[in-house]
Amino acid sequence: MTRLTLSKALNEGLRKALENDPKVLIMGEDVGKLGGVFRVTDGLQKDFGEARVVDTPLAESGIIGTAIGLALRGYRPVCEIQFDGFVFPAFDQITTQLAKMRYRSRGLLGLPVVVRIPCGGGIGAVEHHSESPEALFTHTAGLRVVACGDPADAYAMIQLSVSSDDPVIFFEPKRRYWDRADVDTSGDLSSALPLDRARTVASGTDVTVLCYGPMVKTCAAAALAAENEGRSLEVIDLRSLSPLDTETIVESVRRTGRCVIAHEAPVTGGLGAEIAARITEECFYQLEAPVLRVGGFSTPYPPSKLEEHYLPDLDRVLDAVDRTFGY
Amino acid sequence: MTVKDAGRAASADSLPLGGQPESAEFIQLLTPEGERVDHPDYPLEISAEEIRALYRDLVLVRRIDFEAIALQRQGELGIWASLLGQEAAQVGSGRALEPSDMAFPTYREHGVAWCRGLDPTKLLELFRGVSHGGWDPRAHNFHLYTIVIGSQTLHATGYAMGIQRDGAVGEDGEAVIAYFGDGATSQGDVNEAFIWASVTNAPVVFFCQNNQWAISEPLERQSRVPLYRRAQGFGFPGVRVDGNDVLACLAVTRKAMQAAREGQGPTLIEAFTYRMGAHTTTDDPTRYRLAAELETWKLKDPIERVKAYLVRNELADEKFFTDLDAESGQIGARIRKACQEMPDPNPLSIFDNVYAEPDALLESEREQYAAYLETFEEAVR
Repeated sequence: MTRLTLSKALNEGLRKALENDPKVLIMGEDVGKLGGVFRVTDGLQKDFGEARVVDTPLAESGIIGTAIGLALRGYRPVCEIQFDGFVFPAFDQITTQLAKMRYRSRGLLGLPVVVRIPCGGGIGAVEHHSESPEALFTHTAGLRVVACGDPADAYAMIQLSVSSDDPVIFFEPKRRYWDRADVDTSGDLSSALPLDRARTVASGTDVTVLCYGPMVKTCAAAALAAENEGRSLEVIDLRSLSPLDTETIVESVRRTGRCVIAHEAPVTGGLGAEIAARITEECFYQLEAPVLRVGGFSTPYPPSKLEEHYLPDLDRVLDAVDRTFGY
Repeated sequence: MTVKDAGRAASADSLPLGGQPESAEFIQLLTPEGERVDHPDYPLEISAEEIRALYRDLVLVRRIDFEAIALQRQGELGIWASLLGQEAAQVGSGRALEPSDMAFPTYREHGVAWCRGLDPTKLLELFRGVSHGGWDPRAHNFHLYTIVIGSQTLHATGYAMGIQRDGAVGEDGEAVIAYFGDGATSQGDVNEAFIWASVTNAPVVFFCQNNQWAISEPLERQSRVPLYRRAQGFGFPGVRVDGNDVLACLAVTRKAMQAAREGQGPTLIEAFTYRMGAHTTTDDPTRYRLAAELETWKLKDPIERVKAYLVRNELADEKFFTDLDAESGQIGARIRKACQEMPDPNPLSIFDNVYAEPDALLESEREQYAAYLETFEEAVR
């Protein structure tokens, strides 16, 4: 076990991926000498060279478009989009090309491309640096969309994503980059939880709390606080946002009868809406209360002085938990 | 391997990886040593008073920048994007504009903002996180800062197309200036803006501050030809100017803007300059560039050369400089105080201005959140 930050855990995972497969490439803005603005690729260009760790022109559409070409030629590009709000020039390539290639080639062409996106708020940044655009990608069939929540998972999930034969949109919670935890970097990943499975972070009996990415830590803390008030929360880190691990979700909600979904993204049209609909379909007779969502307001992301209001925190999660007992 | 192979395509016109020739074909009217030189295409009639005014702009703009960096270090700003080294490019081009011209900035155009008469504390609002840009762009014909790289070049072009439709091209016409950096020239939006401006002959000037670095990436990651030459392929003129020479930036921008106003279409100006500071206060340039490079550029400082010119030609006395020093200190103190006293926005203002008209969903979210906040206040009581 090594104590690593989430950023360093991703770095170690990428290093492993580069070592294990000579076809793996890293591409992005400032990923070389600088090691990325969050240092996730720190030292990789030095050790693997400029042909494998590529500082690209400032052109996100170009990053994904050329990654698609490289993948068609047999490479496995791992692309970094510097900030969530900068992914949109690449949105066309991701949604019209990357997501659909397997389908339109009738299975002949897979695109093993990973698109890493630092996501979410809470770092006091200016506009376009705090967004949570995951629902735009989960709404796009053909993409795997995942979010890591802690260092150990980040280490495993990035490697599983690189070895996936499907395109993966990989969200990294930027306000958790400097959180530390023990990570086992010794063995292989044969015993790791598969990429498409959710993980129960805390077992409980009263309410199921679903979360991912930056909210995993918040919800785990909420479970501890609730315990002091005599309420038992089951916290599930979804990990895979698309496809969803419906089995794990449904099994839990059928037991607890109550569910709260927390994400930073706006509640309106967000991933929580999709999950709530599925739960309603699958658990209708077990539900004691409507599925409640906690998330961003139906507004653009506000100036950073207001982000503590916008971002759901422990109190807002517990407030929703309380409300599920009001029915 | 890939990188080396690409070199085979290099023509006589293109550049070796590893650096651009620094002053090939650029327009200069004031040397780094402070000598006035003439250029046949850019005659500049300028009085001593006007040069002193430009010098004042340069000094004050640097002071504002310096104060903002300090405020960030002290936790008063979330982040700051310094313009250090780019003062001449911004003041020269900014002072070339008429009040009726429109400017579309990036997030680093503090010097242009100054020239457009914007109170610098308005810039601090954005970097403090109090607003996304607290000024009325129409009041100064200075658009909000655009953070997504290059997007504003298309807005500038569209605005210029509006000027055409309004019949405001010709004598006493209006024009638009779009600011962007060397990194932005790789973006699709910027290339599309060039195409649109070209085929519509829009009255827009593309003012590229080539400060040599896109965060950690040197210019050769973006281009193998000098940037100003790109214009030729799009069908309009491109010119490279010494971006550390405020007189040259003024003259070149004036001429390009006048051409645009008169209906002669777009120009690309590449202001060859240097980002002397970090990309932003969160950046650490020691990780990717040599200190020696900065030392070389310090010899070409945009402010020192104007001072040398003024002093050598006895166009400014000691009182001018001490008065300016005092004014600079006052501005620094004023914006510092304004920043520290800036109130946090009302939490419920989150729900304002999403749509033109009130919206039921937003109103209910506002009410619910107000009630939620109320529960905390009750708990405190």
